[in-house]
Amino acid sequence: MLHNDLLQIKEKELAGRKPFTLRCCMAAGCMSSDSKGVKQQLEQAVAEAGLQDQVEVRGVGCMKLCCQGPLVQADPTGVLYEKVSPQDAAPIIAALNGAQNNLAKSDPNAPFFAKQHSIVLANSGIIDPERIESYIAADGYLALHEVLNEMTPKDVVEAMVKSGLRGRGGAGFPTGLKWGTVAKSAGAKKYVICNADEGDPGAFMDRSVLESDPHAVLEGMAIAAYAVGADQGFMYVRAEYPLAISRLQIAIKQAKQMGLLGAGIFESPFNFNVDIRIGAGAFVCGEETALMASVEGKRGTPRPRPPFPAESGLFGCPTLLNNVETFANVAPIYRKGAEWFAGIGTEKSKGTKVFALAGKIKNTGLIEVPMGTPMRTIVEDMGGGAPDGGKIKAVQTGGPSGGCIPSQHLDTPVDYESLGKLGSIMGSGGMIVMDETTGMVDVARFFMEFCMEESCGKCIPCRAGTVQMHNILDKILQRKATARDLAKLEELCDMVKNTSLCGLGQTAPNPTLSTLRFFRNEYEELLQPDKFGPRGTDAATAQPTAATQ
Amino acid sequence: MAAKTLTIDGKQITAEEGATVLQVAREAGVNIPTLCHLEGVYDVGACRLCLVEVAGVAKLLPACTTKVAEGMDIKTDSERLRKYRRMTLELLFAERNHVCAVCVSNGHCELQTLAYSQGMEHVRYDYTFPKWNVDTTHRLFGMDHNRCVLCSRCVRVCWHIEGAGTKNVSGRGSLSKIITDLNQPWGQAASCTECGKCVMACPTGALFNKGVTVGEMERDRDKLEFIVTAREKKQWIAE
Amino acid sequence: MKIRLATVWLGGCSGCHMSFLDLDEFLIDLADAVDLVYSPVVDVKDYPENVDLCLIEGAVCNEDNLEILHKIRARTKVLVSFGDCAVTGNVPAMRNQFGIDNAENVLQRAYVENAQNNPSVPKADGIVPQLLANVVPVHEVVHVEYFLPGCPPPAARIKSLVAQLLAGTAPKQEGEQLKFG
Repeated sequence: MLHNDLLQIKEKELAGRKPFTLRCCMAAGCMSSDSKGVKQQLEQAVAEAGLQDQVEVRGVGCMKLCCQGPLVQADPTGVLYEKVSPQDAAPIIAALNGAQNNLAKSDPNAPFFAKQHSIVLANSGIIDPERIESYIAADGYLALHEVLNEMTPKDVVEAMVKSGLRGRGGAGFPTGLKWGTVAKSAGAKKYVICNADEGDPGAFMDRSVLESDPHAVLEGMAIAAYAVGADQGFMYVRAEYPLAISRLQIAIKQAKQMGLLGAGIFESPFNFNVDIRIGAGAFVCGEETALMASVEGKRGTPRPRPPFPAESGLFGCPTLLNNVETFANVAPIYRKGAEWFAGIGTEKSKGTKVFALAGKIKNTGLIEVPMGTPMRTIVEDMGGGAPDGGKIKAVQTGGPSGGCIPSQHLDTPVDYESLGKLGSIMGSGGMIVMDETTGMVDVARFFMEFCMEESCGKCIPCRAGTVQMHNILDKILQRKATARDLAKLEELCDMVKNTSLCGLGQTAPNPTLSTLRFFRNEYEELLQPDKFGPRGTDAATAQPTAATQ
Repeated sequence: MAAKTLTIDGKQITAEEGATVLQVAREAGVNIPTLCHLEGVYDVGACRLCLVEVAGVAKLLPACTTKVAEGMDIKTDSERLRKYRRMTLELLFAERNHVCAVCVSNGHCELQTLAYSQGMEHVRYDYTFPKWNVDTTHRLFGMDHNRCVLCSRCVRVCWHIEGAGTKNVSGRGSLSKIITDLNQPWGQAASCTECGKCVMACPTGALFNKGVTVGEMERDRDKLEFIVTAREKKQWIAE
Repeated sequence: MKIRLATVWLGGCSGCHMSFLDLDEFLIDLADAVDLVYSPVVDVKDYPENVDLCLIEGAVCNEDNLEILHKIRARTKVLVSFGDCAVTGNVPAMRNQFGIDNAENVLQRAYVENAQNNPSVPKADGIVPQLLANVVPVHEVVHVEYFLPGCPPPAARIKSLVAQLLAGTAPKQEGEQLKFG
């Protein structure tokens, strides 16, 4: 495989395009509403109408407006059909020739689509994720070719630093710095791991990326491997994502066949293989040290850092761990230049961020916006606000590690620092909207229950502390708690945050702390008068001396 | 080995590179409480009792897994650390059924000793009273899950000193449980060599010799240290 | 004016009171400093008003324990959880492992399943107090000022705490004085 071969594949693919294309969403969301049946019927209808030379029915990845699925979009007209059923196939084909139909349609120019800025999702809903040619036609693997032929590993790291990309898994660690550390670490064997153990409730960005554009992630991993000097990659995907796993398997096989993975890629001395490891459903395996233990075949529990994976990671070797979305940003950065990427977003948060909009909001689905976009733009303009005329009360970001941002702060720009200032985090991209019917103590308890059940049990504060915090939240909701219990809860939040071994425990109190910060009244309204100690004695000074009588 | 100079609770200390804060502190006579640490096996930093404050580091660091560095300024006994340690112990006591009065390890228990030495005079959290069983299927030993603190010392000695790999941890969160082989009764665990190292390693009354009653379970840690020292110094290898 | 002292025996074995009697000659000093206004060793039926100090032995196991505990709190300045049962629930609370609402199970087990003669749960309303659904330590019911762990607390430990309280200083207990079991 050489540069020319890539271009030839692209030309052949483009030359084979038919005048009309019907793109049918084949990501997990739409497939759960029978988009597979829709695609089959569309193909049949095309055949019945004898239009095989005219119309291509293409299975594509996520078309973003998940709540209206199954989605089908017609090219070149751009008509976007929503909630398509297999019976709609015939009228959709007929409409290609200008016939009218009264099928439900979404406006592709509505703010939900118009305000998106696609880098990570650029191919999502456009290309066929099960055909490498489709990715190559969208300039896929060109960046890898350029990196291997024109740049030294050092140049690659420097360009990544210049781009300003930060980890999309949640914490926002500068990607270039991480690559540089692994590159500098001594070791004959190094690894690159893609963390696809997306576990936050309500988050489905990484799943969509893997289902819609798996080669983008593989290309990003290969570039990263070249930069840090690794020759083996692992893709750690949770077992709950069977479609993502099968598309990755297809993608890896195709890339290997074309020589885009394996030995001597683009006839360079660079070798890189990727294997898939499937997680068994533990949330904590998204934590990097637990993830590596799991890849090694051990019980997935975290260990103290340092040593950091960059020095001693998988099997004791220097290891680079990035999240799916981080890797998906890589190829575009080298294709279009670090300066181009650094020009998007804010001073400290570059590029775009993909969010999974969910909860009490009209338009649920995937959105990708430049960093710094006000949250109001996302939930009100693009999301369409709360359904049924409701009022948005808060937006939860960062899942069980994050916090709730109340409606009065909706103008906050979405970037790492601004969300941090409000006691939340960017997180991996789950964005759960809550309206006035949502009780914030309920929300806190929900996330605490999640953390309690997902705690690995290794360290005491997280294992036993989450149980006690959950117990107190339960008592508050049952109207059995007093101010004394609330004080105990706050003390435990502080303790678990500061003493837990890994990020799961350290952030488990965040949803409680943030709802306490902005909705303390909802807690206090549920408290009962303290019946303890009717004499009101103060423990520190209580003395039984007769003189005090 | 390069020497590092550091300060622990105001004391100037010189330590060997590669040593942990815990080792250095103990050599200098500074007592840092520990529960999951056991001389002779690697540390896991799980109990969080040995957390210390290091000047310039925002997070608290476990002394058992933190290596000394030049110029470190360490506090091991601040008001905040004492409070967290007490809370950690309270959480442990509320987690399972630790009834000292009827425990085989009463008077010889590391958890009990930690509780009073850290000033824990009562538990402010609701006791959870979970239902755990006692495995008495083994010929020589018993395992009372009610008294287990999940320190994993037994697992580590079983894998890394004895090399049998009988003990393990199953489940997660508060439902985590020490198991033998593939969660079989201990008496049916074929890999168990009956060496008793797990019993010697246990800090509480969770693992015990059969036949002992309240307060009778004393442990001989010297045996573990003897084996580990012999192995490290290659005392058993003929010249 | 002497300090009005009470001691009370809830769900426990009375071992803490035995240990109290082990105070030996200190009991004589104590008699000079306190009026023992209520105690299992004093023939007083009702818990009096205006008590300065009360040592509470035992966990809260039944309706009777609960009722008197509220009365004690309302009429007493300083409460001490006296011994492991009061401080932790200890042995009486082991029945909690049988489930959240375990009283009936426990009675069945004791009086029916394991009975050798006349298997029946004793019931006499107004005479035999009803068991609570769960056994709880004293501080889960009322606010407690001081804790004196031990099963039982050795006499020296009791003496140290009581002497400090009588001297009017906030009691300092540390190290082995706080040992459970």
